[in-house]
Amino acid sequence: MKPTDYAILSKRQLSENVYMMRIHAPYIAAERKPGQFILLSVDESYGERIPLTIADADVAEGSITIIFQKVGFTTTQLAAMEVGDHLAAVLGPLGQPTHVSKVGTVVCVGGGIGVAPMHPIAKAFKAAGNRLICILGARNKDLVILEDEIRAFADEVIVCTDDGSAGRKALVTAPLKEFCEQAPRPDLSIAIGPPIMMKFCAETVRPYGVPLIVSLNTIMVDGTGMCGGCRVTVGGETKFVCVDGPEFDGLKVDFDGMMKRLQAYRPQEQRMAAGGGDHQCRMMAQAEKLEKK
Amino acid sequence: MSTVSPEELNDKAQKILADIDAKGGVLKASERLAIPAQEMPNQDPGQRRHNTDEVALGYSVAQARVEASRCLQCKNQPCVAGCPVSLPIRDFVSAIAANDFGKAIALIKEKSLLPAVCGRVCPQESQCQASCTVGKSLKDVDKAVAIGRLERFVADWEREQSQAPVPEVKPASGKKVAVVGSGPASLVVAADVRREGHDVTVFEAFHKFGGVMLYGIPEFRLPKAIVSAEVETLRAMGVKLIPNFLVGRTRTLQDLMDKDGFDAVFVGTGAGLPHFMNIEGENLVGVFSANEYLTRANLMRAYEKGRAATPIVDAHRVAVLGGGNVAMDAARTALRLGADEVYLIYRRTAKEMPARVEEVEHAKEEGVQFHMLRNAKRILGDEQGRVTGIECLCYELGEPDASGRRAPVAIAGSEFVLPVDTVIVAIGNGSNPLIRQTTPGLEFNKRGNIVCDESGRTSLAKVFAGGDIVLGAATVILAMGQGRRAAAAINDMLSKA
Ligand SMILES: Cc1cc2nc3c(=O)[nH]c(=O)nc-3n(C[C@H](O)[C@H](O)[C@H](O)COP(=O)(O)OP(=O)(O)OC[C@H]3O[C@@H](n4cnc5c(N)ncnc54)[C@H](O)[C@@H]3O)c2cc1C
Ligand code: SF4
Ligand code: FES
Repeated sequence: MKPTDYAILSKRQLSENVYMMRIHAPYIAAERKPGQFILLSVDESYGERIPLTIADADVAEGSITIIFQKVGFTTTQLAAMEVGDHLAAVLGPLGQPTHVSKVGTVVCVGGGIGVAPMHPIAKAFKAAGNRLICILGARNKDLVILEDEIRAFADEVIVCTDDGSAGRKALVTAPLKEFCEQAPRPDLSIAIGPPIMMKFCAETVRPYGVPLIVSLNTIMVDGTGMCGGCRVTVGGETKFVCVDGPEFDGLKVDFDGMMKRLQAYRPQEQRMAAGGGDHQCRMMAQAEKLEKK
Repeated sequence: MSTVSPEELNDKAQKILADIDAKGGVLKASERLAIPAQEMPNQDPGQRRHNTDEVALGYSVAQARVEASRCLQCKNQPCVAGCPVSLPIRDFVSAIAANDFGKAIALIKEKSLLPAVCGRVCPQESQCQASCTVGKSLKDVDKAVAIGRLERFVADWEREQSQAPVPEVKPASGKKVAVVGSGPASLVVAADVRREGHDVTVFEAFHKFGGVMLYGIPEFRLPKAIVSAEVETLRAMGVKLIPNFLVGRTRTLQDLMDKDGFDAVFVGTGAGLPHFMNIEGENLVGVFSANEYLTRANLMRAYEKGRAATPIVDAHRVAVLGGGNVAMDAARTALRLGADEVYLIYRRTAKEMPARVEEVEHAKEEGVQFHMLRNAKRILGDEQGRVTGIECLCYELGEPDASGRRAPVAIAGSEFVLPVDTVIVAIGNGSNPLIRQTTPGLEFNKRGNIVCDESGRTSLAKVFAGGDIVLGAATVILAMGQGRRAAAAINDMLSKA
């Protein structure tokens, strides 16, 4: 068994701050299933380990695809790396794979960068024989990602933007609600995006009795169940996102508690930002987005 | 324990040593018992709570020889019986007294791979030193021969002499062994199995090797350079070390055997999975498991604020829950990260604390405030979900129970609130479920620990296990001992295959 070097094989900018990279990681490529993620770091000694979903994989080439938004310290460093550079570490595939089955009609909602993790899951549900509706939300036209890729397999795609520059001028919950009101009702809904979006999706589908799966992206340290830093409350019980998740019953997740925990390091991140130039933290960006909505 | 300077301690020792040498090292038992126990020179408490350098500075040559001269060279060697790996304690101590440090370390290395580590972190007061005749004669365990410090002394001495010799490796056997995890159990298996000429690969989930010795036990107690020196020795022996590889996820255990052709697998994945108390407020911002807090500080180097990308909270008033080594390490790390007040909350009394005595004393000297016979009832927070305080309940010791231990009993209505901004939970660990979830056929007990015989054989053919994943959260030396026995069983199996 050869150690892998985590070389960057390709890099593409999807929108102003969103990048897609193919990384050489043959073991992960061979084992990964939809819904799973990796932890990566760019600096061996001082790097933090950030979770990113595996958006796609190519077993023959031994590569995985990641899509990330340049918002935090590490993602900014990552965005500055080029083809041929090597990441310091990639650990995965982590988390429980999505339980994919044929249920009938599935509505997938992806918000912002959340469309990236949604993509492989939606594809798998389609492949399992479901009727697939995808709702893609973004702040504006330039931030809509993977629309063409998803149109290639989805039965219906609805794009929503906050400013109406692409698709409907609406929040993703508007079309979601319409689908819930139609007969036949969706058999399953899946939402991946900012926590506040997932929370509102839960409130949208709850009255209709449509089940909701969400994929959570909490702070992580080890990703192996050792630290408990990723814990969330689900149905009154403490769960570790890295080993019990990342997917949970969206109707049972305590989103308010989770959002507070996501902001735990805001003062520190701001301090790093002050010393670290253009650093802008992932959680701050997320929080700002929440305040806008 | 005091803060007499190392120089002063050394001067005193030299005088005593001159007397001993004048007698040619031949002393009566009563004379040996009269030699003062040698104090460990320590960094000044006021200073060390602001740095991460090692607290205990180590004996000088004279101190080591004087301390070793206290040993009575008992025929029945009770100390050896008290050691989980049966180090030839009497004999290595005698070699130190005779100024033959090379012989001393060689004797130790026949039985133990990690003396520099064990000399520092073993609970000697409840093992070898507990049964030492000197301690018994002087009616004080603390006056027993300081076996751990002597072990540390010769191990450090060896490391300072050029490089430690790389153990010999037999010609290639053509057999392949996978070692999962890189804690003490795994490191020992890797070394012992590699020595027999087998091809050994260590798979570690983290980006660095050493397990809890690296990300749990802090630098001020166990310098990381010692652990990495051991890892480098393995590398020099030809052991392959693969980081960022999570067995069960990156590759299943079964695939390692079926697809990658490993002839045997050793599982040393450690305790993992921190326990929480399941009290109100435990998911507030500012509540950490000790594992998370220590990993952020140690492995991710969060203490180097401004350089490390991994943040750590600015804690001003910290409550640590628990009474073991992990609790002490968390409390003392919090001080070093700049906390003003650190409270240690423990349900029983100091006497029942499972932590090493030395660590408890060091923590007190550094200013950790001990709240004994107290337990957390709930954690209080503000609207932003941040910790503002911890409500505790007072306890008293009740009647002795069947085991003879006096169990703590809550005193009704004794609640009080300590204002804190950070709570670190250090009440123990369960076992990581990953290998269990991904390895059908491997037997686990109710607590989630792997079931195996005394040689580490599990319910799956060719799969062995040891360390905390078998024992529950235990100690470095017990993990090492299990690794030793499992390695012997693996070598035996491969020699017959
Ligand atoms: C803070 C703290 C202080 C302590 N203080 C002391 C002390 O003073 N004295 C003492 O004797 N003991 C102490 N201990 C206990 C001691 O460290 C442990 O008993 C010992 O390290 C257990 O060794 P191990 O070999 O079982 O594995 P560990 O040291 O637990 O290492 C296991 C390794 O396996 C890796 N791993 C886990 N799962 C996988 C997987 N699926 N694939 C690949 N790798 C994996 C982990 O990342 C880890 O590196 C302390 C523990 C802690 C946490
Ligand atoms: S029991 Fe104490 S005095 Fe006796 S041999 Fe062991 S270390 Fe020496
Ligand atoms: S990230 Fe540490 S337990 Fe999940």
